[in-house]
Amino acid sequence: MTFHFSRLVATRPLIAAAGLIMLVTSAQAMQIKDIVSPGGVKAWLVEDYAVPIVAVNFAFEGGAAQDPADKPGVANMLSGLLDEGAGDLDSKAFQSALDSRSIQLSFDAGRDEFFGTIRMLAEDQDEGFGLLALALQSPRFDAEPVERIRAQIDSSIRQSAKDPEQVAITTMCATAFPNHPYGRPLEGSEASVKAIAVPDLQDYRRRVFARDNLHIAIVGAIDEAEAGKMLDRVFGPLQAKAELTPVPDAVPLGGDIRIDMPNPQTVVRFGGPGLARHDPDFMAAYVVNHIFGGGSFSSRLYTEVREKRGLAYSVSSTLVPMAHANAVAGGTATRADRADETVEIIRGEAKRFAEEGPTADELAKAKSYLVGSYALRFDSSAKIARQLLAIQLDGLPIDYVEKRNDMIAAVTLDDAKRVAKRIYGGATNMMVLVGPKKSEAAPRT
Amino acid sequence: MISLLSRAPQLVRRVMPAAMFAAALAFLPQAARAESSTRIAPDATEFTLPNGLQVVVIPDHRAPIVTHMIWYRVGAADDPPGKSGIAHFLEHLMFKGTKAHPAGEFSGRVSEMGGAENAFTTNDATAYHQTIAKDQLATVMAFESDRMEGLILNDAVVLPERDVILEERRMRIDNDPGAQFYEAMNAALYQNHHYGIPTIGWADEMAKLSRQDALDFYGRYYTPNNAVLVVAGDVTADEVRRLAEETYGRVPRRAELAPRDRPKEPPPRAERTLAMSDPRVSQPSWSRTYLAPSYSTAKPDEAESLDLLADILGRGPTSRLYRALVVDKPIASAVGAYYSGDNLDYGQLGIIATPRDGVSVDQLQAEIDRIVDDVRAHGVTADELERAKKRTRASAIFAQDSQGSLARIIGTSLLAGQTLADVQSWPDRINAVTTDDVSAAADKYLDKRRSVTGVLKPAPADGRS
Repeated sequence: MTFHFSRLVATRPLIAAAGLIMLVTSAQAMQIKDIVSPGGVKAWLVEDYAVPIVAVNFAFEGGAAQDPADKPGVANMLSGLLDEGAGDLDSKAFQSALDSRSIQLSFDAGRDEFFGTIRMLAEDQDEGFGLLALALQSPRFDAEPVERIRAQIDSSIRQSAKDPEQVAITTMCATAFPNHPYGRPLEGSEASVKAIAVPDLQDYRRRVFARDNLHIAIVGAIDEAEAGKMLDRVFGPLQAKAELTPVPDAVPLGGDIRIDMPNPQTVVRFGGPGLARHDPDFMAAYVVNHIFGGGSFSSRLYTEVREKRGLAYSVSSTLVPMAHANAVAGGTATRADRADETVEIIRGEAKRFAEEGPTADELAKAKSYLVGSYALRFDSSAKIARQLLAIQLDGLPIDYVEKRNDMIAAVTLDDAKRVAKRIYGGATNMMVLVGPKKSEAAPRT
Repeated sequence: MISLLSRAPQLVRRVMPAAMFAAALAFLPQAARAESSTRIAPDATEFTLPNGLQVVVIPDHRAPIVTHMIWYRVGAADDPPGKSGIAHFLEHLMFKGTKAHPAGEFSGRVSEMGGAENAFTTNDATAYHQTIAKDQLATVMAFESDRMEGLILNDAVVLPERDVILEERRMRIDNDPGAQFYEAMNAALYQNHHYGIPTIGWADEMAKLSRQDALDFYGRYYTPNNAVLVVAGDVTADEVRRLAEETYGRVPRRAELAPRDRPKEPPPRAERTLAMSDPRVSQPSWSRTYLAPSYSTAKPDEAESLDLLADILGRGPTSRLYRALVVDKPIASAVGAYYSGDNLDYGQLGIIATPRDGVSVDQLQAEIDRIVDDVRAHGVTADELERAKKRTRASAIFAQDSQGSLARIIGTSLLAGQTLADVQSWPDRINAVTTDDVSAAADKYLDKRRSVTGVLKPAPADGRS
């Protein structure tokens, strides 16, 4: 399909105050092609020769949710080891090969997906794709890099245990999703990371790295024929079907938790049940969350907590749609002696928002922002690749890029009020505070 | 790593910038400054308006989007004595409205048009920027030029905002012992220059900053002859010139500025060491910072050589330090080196390392000293230099992928005393560096007398018993 930038910026709804519809007449077009390699591997491709770079983002469905129940952290550890030796190349040789051509290769374990990214100069793509193929198909897991990466993860886990934000997030996940993969720490625990052995890594790779749970986005100075060859070389030899362990659906539980940590601020995290990405109300929820705490400088939370009272530097909320559970979540870091006041404001705003919903003016402004800003997500090849992968992972069609702004524009005030009620009534079911004991949070002048 | 219910997205409006995060940047490629094999932003042009405003235009027609940045040649190192943090506080207050446009109107318009906006303060600069559809450029230029002279402040907005910057300080610095220690290291490295004072300010001085302090600072520094306009994206130089004349061109020179001659460092003679313990630290970390010249104060080739030296020493898994200390003789779990040369008066070269469990900091330091002494005595190899140049060239091309990062690179460099031509020719100068140049820079600047060495350690949880 062909997607014109001009459509994005031109279909902005009319703002009463602005009183103008600006038509962008640029001829730029970004063409997204749905391609299939000779060997049958599918991908989305955007050819762009303005800068001589090729970027490929891909993901296998599965993620950390596929870790063995007694060994959380396998996917995360695997993500650190794929570029530490593969095929005939040991860790040093593999890293030198990447380094000598400045090939940027990285892997990352998410909750539901195992991500990979490669970015390189177009002139180096043969070498780059060769290294990527090795990393996915025949990682070595030599003892030296395994122990080195294990030590790095262990050190990161111990640091996180003293980081109030990390403690709040870990606690929130464990409380919201007991006995569920989402409740387990993504990096693993000190004990589980110690216990992970090479067969665990190999088994995960064998089960999860397959072609039927794979999504790929390619952007840059590469044509369809070259891309097809690359797809067969890198992904063709993977097994056809993944062997994923079923993950049960879950609804996040609530709870009130206070953890003592000697910090000058109290970190606050809150959350509750959200909406699935495929829920018919999702777009309305996205707009509504923008109004409540979505990262603008005029959101309800920003105005009440920061602008009016100066209680925090940053405060926000976000929708977290996952494959098997959905949440709304948010947080702030606030002065400790007034943490309770901050919490009461957040609770009160959520309640009021659930009951009253946004105003017509707030809705119009939010829609205008969300429609107008969509184009900014496509202003570099790295960003385009990220977007195209995310759209595939959300199970959306290739013309979503073109239709998305119309969906935002179609959200009515009734939709917004209905959805605000659906979400924000329970948005503070979970409230986690990490900070100094009340007696030590001395008031300040 | 992506985390469920991950950290709430941070509002990066009015943030503290580069200098404070130099430590965090240590493990990133240093050379994201530049571009292609020949010139960075080859199509960029510049001109100056009659009122003294310098303008740079960087055309990029891939998407109908424009990045608009106004940079003032004033930053935290210009804070008057006792008023640390005022440059950054004023940056926050610049969003509080003008005579013509009350608080929220400018941000509201940017938001309605789907734009992204932000602002930041560094040691040397304060910048305000928006990314918008190209047809909105005239609107943001009108608002931004109005804000150059029309700011209105009252205590009803100033006082809550002062609480916000104090919370910002607690969030960024006081919540994080690593950031507190970095602040102490910086204060020890700069014995006289204001780079030793934190960009966000010292808390007790921030708490006393007033509306009048902010207005005085504004009146003294916010004037077209002290500003640089950078516009990148789907525009031509002629369009920008016409719009700039209609907007910024109407703002009179509001002040005359003396040259930025700030207190200098005395010759560094004493090697300094610092130690700090904190119960929130889970494992020790070691760092060293050497006082070095910046791009604008270095002799020809010196800064370029320092960039390449830091790359060879400690950028990424094939660097000397990583190979030696993390892979071959595994006594560190992490190590990296960086050179930051983007300040006006001084640069710094830094090394950061974390020992593995059971390895003493002394042992780690001895090994790092051995590797540093070796590079001082014997220099780098031609092969290492070639690889570093190739990486630098690639990172320069990667930077071309984003109009926003190009605008920022060029703005930063101009504010640090370089010219557009300097920035454009940077890859050529990197290419011209020889192994002798790198050896000379290593010998001259990796001198312990120029350095501060710090150890941050865990402390027992109960410090009061």
